[in-house]
Amino acid sequence: MSIEIVNVGKRFGDFVALDDVSVSIPSGRLTALLGPSGGGKSTLLRIIAGLERADTGTVRIEGVDATGLPPQKRNVGFVFQHYAAFKHLTVRRNVAFGLEIRKRPRDEIRRRVDELLALVHLEQFADRLPAQLSGGQRQRMALARALAVEPTVLLLDEPFGALDAKVRKELRDWLRRLHDEVHVTTVFVTHDQEEALEVADEIVVINDGRVEQIGSPDELYDRPANEFVMRFLGPVTRLGDQLVRPHDLQLSISDADGVVGRVTRVTRIGFETRVEVTTAGGQPVTVTLTRNEFQALNIQLDSEIRIRLAPGSPTTTTTATQPCAETSTLIPTH
Amino acid sequence: MADHSTFARRQVLRFVVAAYLFFLVAWPVYLVGRNAFAGGLGNLDDILTDPDVTHALRLTVVVAVIAVLINTVFGVGISIMLVRYDFPGKRALNALLDMPLSVSPIVVGLALVLVYGGRHGWFGPALESAGLQIIFAVPGIVLATVFVALPLVIREVVPVLEEVGDEQEQAARSLGADAVQTFRRITLPAIRWGVIYGVVLSLARSLGEFGAVKVVSGNVLGETRTATLVVEEKYLNFDKGGAYATAFLLALVAVACVIVVSALRPKEDR
Repeated sequence: MSIEIVNVGKRFGDFVALDDVSVSIPSGRLTALLGPSGGGKSTLLRIIAGLERADTGTVRIEGVDATGLPPQKRNVGFVFQHYAAFKHLTVRRNVAFGLEIRKRPRDEIRRRVDELLALVHLEQFADRLPAQLSGGQRQRMALARALAVEPTVLLLDEPFGALDAKVRKELRDWLRRLHDEVHVTTVFVTHDQEEALEVADEIVVINDGRVEQIGSPDELYDRPANEFVMRFLGPVTRLGDQLVRPHDLQLSISDADGVVGRVTRVTRIGFETRVEVTTAGGQPVTVTLTRNEFQALNIQLDSEIRIRLAPGSPTTTTTATQPCAETSTLIPTH
Repeated sequence: MADHSTFARRQVLRFVVAAYLFFLVAWPVYLVGRNAFAGGLGNLDDILTDPDVTHALRLTVVVAVIAVLINTVFGVGISIMLVRYDFPGKRALNALLDMPLSVSPIVVGLALVLVYGGRHGWFGPALESAGLQIIFAVPGIVLATVFVALPLVIREVVPVLEEVGDEQEQAARSLGADAVQTFRRITLPAIRWGVIYGVVLSLARSLGEFGAVKVVSGNVLGETRTATLVVEEKYLNFDKGGAYATAFLLALVAVACVIVVSALRPKEDR
């Protein structure tokens, strides 16, 4: 295990940012710390980097106890949401910074910086100042700068959070490919579940200063440990006292089993069709179908229909009484 | 016509500002220069050949440079402390730092005499018996000058430090730089224009300090008399030519400071 976090706690005044958190982050993998804003994931990342001091607990990086080490002794690469580019230095000098601090020979620094600039596709921008780069380019520069010191672990704090949607998507793919080339143990913080599911090998879901679940994207999506993880990772709807995914529900007119209901609303969004069925008990259930499924069923508004959960689908028992946030915001109630 | 009226209003505003600055600053300073050269270069020649005046000028420059050095080092240090760290009493310290600007320099002078005075001061007598005279000597003049110019560097540097933020410093630390390297390579370049402005303001203020210096220096001819004291002395002794010439030199240095800074400053920061 590359990073071992044991019983780490952190408070800011009365606010508990991390409450007795223990996580093991594997070597050479790309791990996402996923959770809502203010849940403590950035604090955990900053504690790993040494930019924040834990009140309790220990942090070990590659077997070395780093709990009391200052950031410069930890050999971690850190990438900030807002780039933290050294504004008065050129792109080349930015990337070279860590190597210059380590007093490497001049021609070695040059060779290494050239390699890294090629890796992040910034060769032709080497002599520009950060102010002359776009956001995406600045973040790639920051990444090259962090990689230059050959860090034991690479830590990224909402690395794509300040970029627009298109660049964010590009950089996300690019980070995944980069990681497949470089293989450095990487931890990144995100509040975007799609980003985590797409990029990460392993996801740690953090909420309210606690770890909710740790696992691969498939494990988390298919076997959520609790209601929070179920809700946070994808759309949910309620069927009885169960939380289920709307796309795991099947509709049928002819089946004898299943919950009986009446179609109360149909919304078509591109390739997807959302059908709202109100059960005999008065509970609105959202079912999403593909366009083809919808057409094959020939569903009419106000007709009687049966809802069935596809075998093997994840469910969690819900304790909440309010309607599911995910669906209620998307589909207006009548 | 909205365009026409805003144009006219802008012209009037511009005229008012120009007239205000002209009557308050430009015209009086110009008159000092004109009076200094009223009899050709004679006045300037007189004061520059007077050993007492040249001693005073040299003393003023030496005191100003020492005071600026001290205020720059402590100013940058205190600024970093104020912006980057939290500690009890921070607000009180912040308020205290503005004191030298709000208190009359003559009060500063008297206060320093009360603490460091050779006969009745708090630990003045102790220092004096150890062979270190503060009041009526050069250390006292430096002390008074440091006091009155204390907040100038801090007030220039603090907003710049706040604007720059600490992410670049954190990035430097994570890349292996220790505190000194981070300060030299990242913090100092980022705040350099704030520091330079603070230094220039402090220098101008230190060269021109009068009230506090007058109280603590003792005004001993050829020993602790500074340039501003020379101006007063000559003016009171009806040597108006000498007073204007010395005043002109003081003004010249101040104007030179401002010009040098605006010439040095790169376009992107303007």
